[in-house]
Order: sequence, then C-alpha cells, then structure tokens
Amino acid sequence: MNARLLPLAGFVLVLALLGFGVWWSQYKNPQEVPSPLIGKPAPAFSLPTLDDPERRIANQDLAGQPYLLNVFASWCFACREEHPILSGLGKQLGIKLVGFNYKDPPEDAKRWLAQYGNPYDLVVADLPGDVAIDFGVTGAPETFLVDAQGVIVYKYISPITPNVIATQLLPRIAKMKEAAR
Amino acid sequence: MKSSLSHSPSSPRTRGSVAEHAEEARSHGHVASGRRAVSLQRALWALLAALALSTAALAAVDPLPFKDRAEELRFQNLTKQLRCLVCQNESLNDSSAPLAADLRRDVFEQMRAGKNDDEIKQWLTARYSDFVLYDPPLRGATWLLWFGPMLVLAAGAGAVFVTVRRRAKATRPAAAATRPTSDLEDDW
Repeated sequence: MNARLLPLAGFVLVLALLGFGVWWSQYKNPQEVPSPLIGKPAPAFSLPTLDDPERRIANQDLAGQPYLLNVFASWCFACREEHPILSGLGKQLGIKLVGFNYKDPPEDAKRWLAQYGNPYDLVVADLPGDVAIDFGVTGAPETFLVDAQGVIVYKYISPITPNVIATQLLPRIAKMKEAAR
Repeated sequence: MKSSLSHSPSSPRTRGSVAEHAEEARSHGHVASGRRAVSLQRALWALLAALALSTAALAAVDPLPFKDRAEELRFQNLTKQLRCLVCQNESLNDSSAPLAADLRRDVFEQMRAGKNDDEIKQWLTARYSDFVLYDPPLRGATWLLWFGPMLVLAAGAGAVFVTVRRRAKATRPAAAATRPTSDLEDDW
C-alpha cells in the first residue's frame, strides 16, 4: 500500500466510526438504563391504591397471574403520548394492567385519569417514590411485565408503542400462558 | 428505517422525567423590578432581598442533617462517584433532579444505618446496574471499556513501528553510502 494514502485511510476510519455512532444512536437510547432486575422477583412492596388510600396492595395480592406494571404520572408529558395506546391496545394483552402512579399528588392523578380515561384495572400510588427506586425507575413512563410467579420478565423505558406491544409484550405473554398450561 | 425509529419514538428530551419538575421549581426566582419613581437604592435593596430569599430557598431543597464535617465529606465523596440517572452527565452530588434528591436521601440514611461505601454502591447497582457508577468494575462486559484505549494505543504504536522500520530499510542502503550513520536517527 502506498504510504501516502495512510492519512486518508486514517481519516476514513474516523469517518466510519462517526457514521457508526450516528447509526447506532437510532437504536440505542442512552436514557435506557439496563435493568438488573430482569429475571428476578419484583421487589417487595405495599402501596396504597389511588382511589382508596386505606386499601393497600402488596406483591402477594397480585401473585398468581401475570400483570403489566405501568409507571405514569400526571406531570409526565410522554405519558400522555402513551396513554391512547394503552387505552386502545391494553385489553389485547389479556393480562391485568396495573398503573403505578409515580410521585404524583393524588388529586392530580385522579384528574388526569378522569380527563384522558383510565385504562388500568388497578392503580397504586407511590407519592414518595421509594418503591420506584426499588424497581430501578428513573422516570416515567416505564413498563414492567411481571409473570404469575412475580418475576420481572421484561422492562421497557419510554412510551409503549403498538410495535412494542406486538413484538415484545404479546410474544412474552403468549409464552407465559403456554408455560402455565 | 421508519419502523426502527418508531420502536423508540421518544428522544430523551420528550420522555417525561422528574427533571421537568426541577425546571419549574428553579425558575421561581422573580426579581421585583420596582416602579420608575423608586430610587436606585431602593431597587438595590429589593434585589438584595430577592437574592437572599432565593439562596435561602435553594439551601432548603436538600437539608441533610450531617452530624459533623467528616460525615459530610464522606457523603460528598461518595455521591460524586455516583451518576444521576436522569441527567446522566451529572453526578448524584450535583444533580437537582428530584430522583437524585431521593437517592441522596437514601444514601444518607444508609450511611447513618452504618453501611460502608461498597455496600451502598451494591444497593444502588442492584437497582440501577453498573450504570450508576462513574467507575465501573472490571468484568466480562466492561473489559473493552477498560482496555479499548490501550488496544488502540498498541495498534498505533505497531503502525508507527512498522512504518519506521520499512522506511529505515528503504533508506539504509542509500544513506549508508552518502551520510554518516548518526544522521539516520533524524529520520525518526
């Protein structure tokens, strides 16, 4: 190889690296912190429901059937983007939808659900955000798929899309139901 | 392309995070402008008062009751090594995101409970993975991160070595005839 081409080759290499970085950034969102909780039992919790703060929900109340835990808040703009998708396609999942109201004054959350509709079978409220930290939540929306044994099977950060439901959630739910039979 | 984009439609900016709260909270400091009739001196006093109020408000954000200077220093040192999960280029020590405040409180409580720094780090990585550490441990998944720069350096050194050697070989027969040997080193 001609030695004079060496700087050019170096430049092309750097350019290729830049191109790779740009391409990669489409698929990789740095905000998506990998969860060490996948494949592990969901952290123990006991939270009041949004409707009735006297009534508390713990892990064992949800055990026995898979459920989708969706972290949302009235202050979260992206949750509004996600909301119609959960309302529209949530029933298709065929599992319990549990809303996890994160660091949100109850009146605000109730008003938000009254305004946009309530797709959840049950809403638990974590006003101090302690249980959220145990779940490794970094913001809203985030979604956890938990199986009948209480093990976190999958976590999705960012608003759920129809594509995520079709390619990520439904196949995993189908597999769970297969295993249960 | 389209479908891959819609797979993760939200950029970090559109994704709602607790940081949105912080932005609102930070922009509360109004400075009274005062009427035209008000003297300059009065306006200055108003400004001073506003500043004093806003610093008092800032100080009230995160009042951790350290028992002494040593405890505070240990806390600062530890939280500087931890990454805020919301504003990822900020340490837990610097960040004003509400999640960071919650985590600082948790770190503080665990310090008080007698846990050492490593135990607190373990507690955090069990929830947020190694991502929360600015100094990630050496293991299978991170060896490239640790040794990548050295590999690149070694590759560069190798390239320089080969080039220099080839050049020296090409010039040696001619150089030996016309120049004294000490000049050969100038080719470096």
